[in-house]
Amino acid sequence: MADVLLEVRNIVKHYPVTRGLLQRTVGWVRAVDGVSFTVEDGKTLSLVGESGAGKTTIAKQILLLEKLTSGNIIFQGKDIYKYSAAELKRDYRPKVQTVQQNPWSSMNPRMRVRDVVGEPIFVNAKLAKKEVYENVGKLLNQVGIDPEGMNRYPHEFSGGQRQRIAVARAMALHPELLILDEPVSALDVSIRAQIMNLLKDLQTEFNLSYIVIAHNLATVRYMSHSVAIMYLGQLVEYGESEALFNNPLHPYTKALISASQLTLPEDAKDSSKQIILSGEMPSPLNPPAGCRFHTRCTEVMDICSKEIPEMKTIGTQQVKCHHYT
Amino acid sequence: MSNIVLQVEDLHTSFFTRAGEVKAVDGVSFFVREGETFGIVGESGCGKSVTGLSILRLLPEPSGQVTKGKIILEGKNLLELSKKTMRAYRGKMISMILQDPMTSLNPVYTIGDQISESVRLHQDLPENMVEGEVISALRLLRIPDPEVRTREYPFQLSGGMRQRVVGAIAMSCRPRLLIADEPTTALDATIQAQYLALFEDIQVKTNVAIIFITHDFGVISRICDRVGVMYAGKILETAPTRDIFKAPKHPYTAALISSVPQLDKKDEKLFSIEGQPPSLLHLPPGCRFQPRCTVAMDICKEQEPPEVKLDENHSVSCWRVK
Repeated sequence: MADVLLEVRNIVKHYPVTRGLLQRTVGWVRAVDGVSFTVEDGKTLSLVGESGAGKTTIAKQILLLEKLTSGNIIFQGKDIYKYSAAELKRDYRPKVQTVQQNPWSSMNPRMRVRDVVGEPIFVNAKLAKKEVYENVGKLLNQVGIDPEGMNRYPHEFSGGQRQRIAVARAMALHPELLILDEPVSALDVSIRAQIMNLLKDLQTEFNLSYIVIAHNLATVRYMSHSVAIMYLGQLVEYGESEALFNNPLHPYTKALISASQLTLPEDAKDSSKQIILSGEMPSPLNPPAGCRFHTRCTEVMDICSKEIPEMKTIGTQQVKCHHYT
Repeated sequence: MSNIVLQVEDLHTSFFTRAGEVKAVDGVSFFVREGETFGIVGESGCGKSVTGLSILRLLPEPSGQVTKGKIILEGKNLLELSKKTMRAYRGKMISMILQDPMTSLNPVYTIGDQISESVRLHQDLPENMVEGEVISALRLLRIPDPEVRTREYPFQLSGGMRQRVVGAIAMSCRPRLLIADEPTTALDATIQAQYLALFEDIQVKTNVAIIFITHDFGVISRICDRVGVMYAGKILETAPTRDIFKAPKHPYTAALISSVPQLDKKDEKLFSIEGQPPSLLHLPPGCRFQPRCTVAMDICKEQEPPEVKLDENHSVSCWRVK
């Protein structure tokens, strides 16, 4: 077993809902409600779920863009809230970088590519301009962009190339963990494969760990070693990727897999092969009692609306469902 | 075999810009039968949406124009209709669903107002029957509590429900042809599955012909009967959905299919198509896919391949296919 790089322990994020002149708190949006997982050295964990499930909030919490309501995030054995400001700047922030979904909005259009990619180095290392640009050239080379392009502006590149530039920027400080928030979903089909292959190659070469946020399960299976399925701020299933895809336990996981499969029309007529959930995800302001998924579950039982299921370990998987208690 | 509702023949649509003529659609032919779903799949900028807009004659004139071809809907060439007749066709005979429901709905009118607009415009109904018609359109799209929903505004609905309302507007006059341009792209996976199932149900009930424009092969596999694969303004291969997935004949189709990660296959490395689609201002000589093609021959660089019909439903434009 590889070493654990990052451990997230029971993290919670509740946003207050305020109303009126005095901004009284009238409720809480439970965006993330007790999530735990680990990311191993050189491995990929994927967070999967529909919009509003809390995936991006978790990413923001790890990147220290949102404070924790409660819980712990442990990086290389140390709680990140116990780091001093100087330690954070030296030992944490450079090592945890991110690539955003949309390569059109994640870059300043007025900066040349050499400055877009070089900015993290300017901020964090005392190097002369010339040295920084030399580094930028190397970084661009790594991601398959001609270093000559560093003097151009982002708009002169296509979507796939821009996403490569975004990856180069994230790599600038030799990070150990990259948080990839929907890294390919804004790209065209034929370009997606190029970027996914690039990310895999970089992972092997530099022993990087990834947290991939995605909603497309086929992409996730291709990229990840372990998978966490989220629903309404909580994990419903978590485990080693192959096991989870070959033998999904939670009814929600089964429905997601069914929705992502290529189903030829003649197979679609056979309704047993397709699981179509009714309804929509309830509001995180007021999650259902008992199991949060029971309002849409195809295998619901009486107990589901009354008692909250606990996380059970079955083989290499963990599942939160009354069917397995 | 059911009747052909729409026949597009050798359609050319160009945008005239300062940089020159951009041939967004460059000789596209296909047909859609009654009760059938024809998918148009391709990467962004390949001309799939412009094809849809050309059929509705909603191109931004004067820069965008159909320069050649025929669009025949039930025997009538739409390109020869007067503007006034064409207006009467839109919504009544042909309707369209766009990608983002929040931009296709008006935020300051209720759902009921927006559906009844097209009902009043196209159907000669007494006022007291309009509401019934609106509610039956909402029922067709399985929107719960239709009586309550008609008085609500778009912001009060979820993304999936909004897209159903857009569908209800499109179906309210029982059109013969529905053009759906990436209608599920903005929806979550489980909601998308619901929406696609709904489409099949509507098609069974109304026998509408559907053109489904998308870049997502998962969606194609689920609901299309036949598929046209578009690249840089041209359909390179048209085939029944099964053949597209199991026996693609064009190298581009084959490459595209194998670059999509699939749930039941775990490859160590994804196949990827090198390079990028060409600029429509400067198309490569010969076959337009030739610079990225792994099996290109000399002739591919010189002459554009003709369309070869393998059988009634399967045609390919490639020099390798004879």
